[in-house]
Amino acid sequence: MIEVENIHKSFGDNHVLKGISTTFEKGKTNLIIGQSGSGKTVFLKCLLGLFEPDDGSICYNGQVYSELSVKEKRNLRQEMGMVFQGSALFDSMTVEGNVMFPLDMFSKQSQSEKQDRVDFVLKRVNLVDAHKRFPAEISGGMQKRVAIARAIVMNPKYLFCDEPNSGLDPKTAILIDNLIHEITQEYDITTIINTHDMNSVMEIGEKIIFLKNGLKEWEGTNKEIFKTDNQAVTDFVYSSELFKKVRQMYIEERN
Amino acid sequence: MKYLEAIGKYFIMVWEVFKKPTKWRIMKTLILKEVDELVFGAMGIIIFISFFIGGVVTIQTALNLTNPLLPKSLIGFAARQSVILEFAPTFTSIIMAGKVGSYITSSIGTMRVTEQIDALEVMGINSLNYLVFPKIVAIMLYPFAVTISMFVGILGGWVAAVFGGFAPSGDFIQGLQMDFNSYHVTYALIKSVVFAFVIATVPSYHGYYMTGGALEVGKASTTSFVWTSVVIIIVNYILTQLLLG
Repeated sequence: MIEVENIHKSFGDNHVLKGISTTFEKGKTNLIIGQSGSGKTVFLKCLLGLFEPDDGSICYNGQVYSELSVKEKRNLRQEMGMVFQGSALFDSMTVEGNVMFPLDMFSKQSQSEKQDRVDFVLKRVNLVDAHKRFPAEISGGMQKRVAIARAIVMNPKYLFCDEPNSGLDPKTAILIDNLIHEITQEYDITTIINTHDMNSVMEIGEKIIFLKNGLKEWEGTNKEIFKTDNQAVTDFVYSSELFKKVRQMYIEERN
Repeated sequence: MKYLEAIGKYFIMVWEVFKKPTKWRIMKTLILKEVDELVFGAMGIIIFISFFIGGVVTIQTALNLTNPLLPKSLIGFAARQSVILEFAPTFTSIIMAGKVGSYITSSIGTMRVTEQIDALEVMGINSLNYLVFPKIVAIMLYPFAVTISMFVGILGGWVAAVFGGFAPSGDFIQGLQMDFNSYHVTYALIKSVVFAFVIATVPSYHGYYMTGGALEVGKASTTSFVWTSVVIIIVNYILTQLLLG
């Protein structure tokens, strides 16, 4: 579980996060949504420890991040997996090399044990024939799968995803969403996804946080988002005519 | 003020490079890869340039020694001194700043743009140690390249002198041996070690702290080449004053 208490972050005069508090529960797929420039990425980077908040605290299973020693922070980082927007795979390594990398760096397992683990996670993300291929030789969807495999290879407690389905076709995007959601439940991980994708919101948003101008404007589930009266949320989520009609039908059906 | 901040940030980066080392088993592989890329990969251009620079220095010296009272051996002497003291260590370093430096900036810069550095940091890896340390260690073999550059430069001078008809082989070789001071070679190698450190770290700094996209990677490479050259020229002056002055 991750507990965030009143975090602030500024870059010069630009006050990006203006006091966000929330809780991300274990075994749930948590989504952060909001317009571009609302502070989603900065918030995610604060959660990852890539940015240090100016004020407030972030607690990982009761451990306050800012109070941890360098070694404890390093150990905590090894419990985190991250899927970047552009996958961030190492170009010079094969698919297998990318997934093996965290094991090589931190695991004391034998080579055959590491190989078994790599084979297992690649199979888990439905990639069986791509071991020896380089990132440039595989599709965007496959790159995302490799990134997910690399993120879960160390059995993380926390999984962070920055727009995991951006740039993917709708079918592949749903597959990636479902994969992350399944893995979250299967391994009881605290998953936090930063997204713009409304399909993800509707499909896998067990908890949704809507950010606006660096503040938490709304939070709830994918079921509650249909019923909310919050104008900012409805303007953002139902910005397209199609979604507006879907919402209208849903409300009429319920009435 | 901006420059002072950049200088401070550069030294903090250098300090961070030596903290929290990566596993030796992995580092060893990275170092060998960088030796191949940064030193052996640059040998071709170093040999090519050194040979012709040696030749040009010899021809220009010969054309300026018009007084018949001056012995022809001075051509060999001048070629040796120019190549060992300046052309091999400094000129080659400027070439390396272009070839190796821009490679370092663009490779690290691309990793920054594509969030690969963030991926290393999220995993709890000291990305500066992982990326920059192997380059520093690998490029410490650079004095070896400078030694080859000295040899090839002098060979180029001999070829130009003898086959260009500027001096007989015997006179040129006599000039090469005239008043030889081995400290000059030591001085050149000390310079080349310092230049090597500059060539590895200044471009790394420009790549690591770059922001933006693909266009900025190109701009960072150009800026890195300019600043690496400037630092080499300044350090060359200071070291010459300290070691020979």
